[in-house]
Formats: sequence, structure tokens, C-alpha cells
Amino acid sequence: MNRAGIESTVPPSTAAQEASLAAAFVAVVRRDLLLAMRRRADVLTTLVFFVIVVSLFPLGIGPELNTLRTIGPGVLWVAALLAAMLALNRLFAADYADGTLEQMVLTPQPLSVLVLGKVAALWLTTGLPLVVMAPLLGLQYALPAEALYTLVIALALGTPALGLIGAVGAALTLGARGPGVLVSLLVLPLYVPVLIFGAGAVDAVMSGLDAGGHLSLLGALLLVSLVVAPLASAAALRIALD
Amino acid sequence: MLQAHRLECIRGERLLFRDLDFALNPGELLRVEGPNGSGKTSLLRMLCGLLSPASGTLQWQGADIRQLGETYRAALTYVGHQNALKADLSGVENLQLGEALAGVTITREAAREALTRLGLAIAADLPTRLLSQGQCRRVALARLMFRARCPLWVLDEPFVALDTAVVPEIAALLSAHVRTGGMVVYTTHQDVPIEAGERRSLRLGGVQ
Repeated sequence: MNRAGIESTVPPSTAAQEASLAAAFVAVVRRDLLLAMRRRADVLTTLVFFVIVVSLFPLGIGPELNTLRTIGPGVLWVAALLAAMLALNRLFAADYADGTLEQMVLTPQPLSVLVLGKVAALWLTTGLPLVVMAPLLGLQYALPAEALYTLVIALALGTPALGLIGAVGAALTLGARGPGVLVSLLVLPLYVPVLIFGAGAVDAVMSGLDAGGHLSLLGALLLVSLVVAPLASAAALRIALD
Repeated sequence: MLQAHRLECIRGERLLFRDLDFALNPGELLRVEGPNGSGKTSLLRMLCGLLSPASGTLQWQGADIRQLGETYRAALTYVGHQNALKADLSGVENLQLGEALAGVTITREAAREALTRLGLAIAADLPTRLLSQGQCRRVALARLMFRARCPLWVLDEPFVALDTAVVPEIAALLSAHVRTGGMVVYTTHQDVPIEAGERRSLRLGGVQ
């Protein structure tokens, strides 16, 4: 929670302040999870999209095991990436439309902490299900057990990074006309490193190499976006409301 | 104390007001008047720090509100022209979650009591998407009952869509806040009598 200290203008963070930051973070996560529970169809859209895309490829390509094994990691990652982007539209747009975003900006808590909470809730409802489903869908591509294991770890590191990077794009395009297309254009180039290292990790394992390097880079991407993305999104949201 | 010095507001290419000066002391009620499009909402959003003035400064207890940041936001309550309600959540849940975000925990009973006071006893547990506009406005205003700790209330058209039975209740809330040393800035097109020691008004729309 020290991260939030960067944005706050108040001098050194005391234990009480950290507790209130943690409380604000938890409050946002709980709020967004409750909202997601009330709108289950929205949440399912992402997962259904992921499952359909991944399942259609083997049908279209045919039962050639070697081909499937080669394209498997890439298809899974591309589908996860597109699914993550699909979920972005909902991140701030609804709160912006009904005025709750304005109230969030006006709370005494740093906006970056609230953004982090929103992204965490988004990941729990749309990212985590993908991570859980991925090994099951990977079976369609005849991926070996160790590749599936690496896939899960890579997705677990990569999908939160996708959410964080996407949050910046969603915040920047807030209030714009046709935000969907704009978000894709903004965010896709930034998603490419995650895609390369994520699919690369699984490929490496399948070629009998160590995936450690790829996974460390994914972890690094996650850490960097964890620090930078909430601050950047918060700044973008303030501009959107001006 | 809230002090505005030579505020200027430009929206798009249009100058809405300039050289606006005023000061608001504890216990004062300020009504912002003016025709539609004269910049009332812009001024209120400026007071909240949501909008940056094209020029001029806004000071709270002698310090610029931008520099104060969280300290100022902790002293402020804003009820905007949007109700800031989640349509899928009930009135009680909206109140509870709204206050939780502001860092205060309130019980279901307290939330229900506040809604009952504004005549929403039956609607308290319905999703707010089923409520009428006036009922939604009441839920939004019920928030004020938990904001006595914030000295400055900024209210954009608080009485709009309310029926005549609730208006005096809201007016009483405002006058109680002012009586206990709070400050209220509000806009309205209705003439609602609010009892307050120091009543002031600010008229916008001078610039053409």
C-alpha cells in the first residue's frame, strides 16, 4: 500500500493512513464484486467469448495434433488478450455515466488506490476465470501437462498486467465517442510484450527449455504496471472529468 | 473559510464568468443564481476541484484547494446534478457503499433510518433502477445525513424532482448544517425558504 504514498500530498504515511488506504481498497473491491454479482451476464460474456474462440480453432484446423500443439499457446494467449480487452469497456464507463466516478474522485482517498481496487475486482471477475479455464481448454490442443502448468502461471502473471495496462486506456478514452475502437488502438501495442512472453513461456517448456526467463519478464511487466498504471489511470480520470 | 479570487471559467470557446470574487464563512449559506447555461454547475464543480478555473484561485482555510488535495476533499460533500447511484443496488446498499468509499462505515439500520426520514421506507431495499427520479434524488440527498463531519456542502439543484412534502425536510437539513457552523453552497430555480443566520446569493450571467 506504500505505492499510494506517491500520489498523496500528505507527509509520511502513518499506520492509520495505511489502514484507511487498505479499507478504501477493500471497499472498492467489495462494491465492484457486488455489482458484478448483480450483472452476471456481463461477467459471463468475457468467459464465454474466451471459451468459444479457443474451442473454434481446433474445429477449423482439424485434428492434426502437431499443428494444434504448435498453435495452442498462441491461440490461448490471443483469446485471453481479446477477452481482457472486451472487459475493459465496463471498467469506468458505467461509473462515469451515473456520476459515481465523480464521487470516487472526491473521496479523501487517493484515486490511484481506488483504481487499483477496481482493476483487482475486474481481474477477479474476468481474469481469474480465464486462468482457471485455460488448462481445460488447453487439453483440446494436446498440450502436455508441464506446458499447461506453465500456461496457468503465465496467465496468472499476465492477465492482471493486461487489466492494469487496459485501465489506462479505458481511462484515457472515457467520454470519447466510439471508445471501443480507440481503446483497442491504444492498448493493443502495449499488450504485445505480455503476449510474446506469455506465449513464449509455454513454447519454451514444450521445446524442453526453461520458462524461467519468460516468466520473470512477465512478472516484471506486472510489477511495473502495478506501480505505473494506477497513477496514470487516476490522472487520466481527472482529465476526463474536467 | 472558502475564498474565491478572480475566478474565470471558459467552457469550449465561451466565457461563462470572470473576475468572480466571494468568500464563505462558517455558518453561511450561499445560493448561486443565474439563467440556464450561466455557469452555475461549472462554478460548483470548480469549488469541488473537479474543474480547473481558467484563471484565479480558490482557497480553503488560506491554502489553495489543489495543494490541499485529500485534506480538502475530506472537508467536502458534493451532490451533483447526477445522483451517483448504482441502478442495480438498493438505496440502503448505495448509501452504505458510498460512505464506505468515503472511509466511513454505516450500518444497514442507520442507512434505512436516513431513507425513512425522507419517506423512502418501502423503497429502501428495491434496486434504485425501479425508483422514480424524485425517489432517486432523495436517496442521493440522504447521503447528507452522514456528512455532518464535512463543513462544506456543495449542492447542485438539490430540490429538483422532489415533491413538496420532502422539500422542507431537505431545507431543514441544510439549515441545521449551517446552524452548527457548516457552509452550504447550492443552486436552485425554486424559491425554497431555508432558515439560516447568514443568507447570501451570487448572481451569474453578467458576461455576454
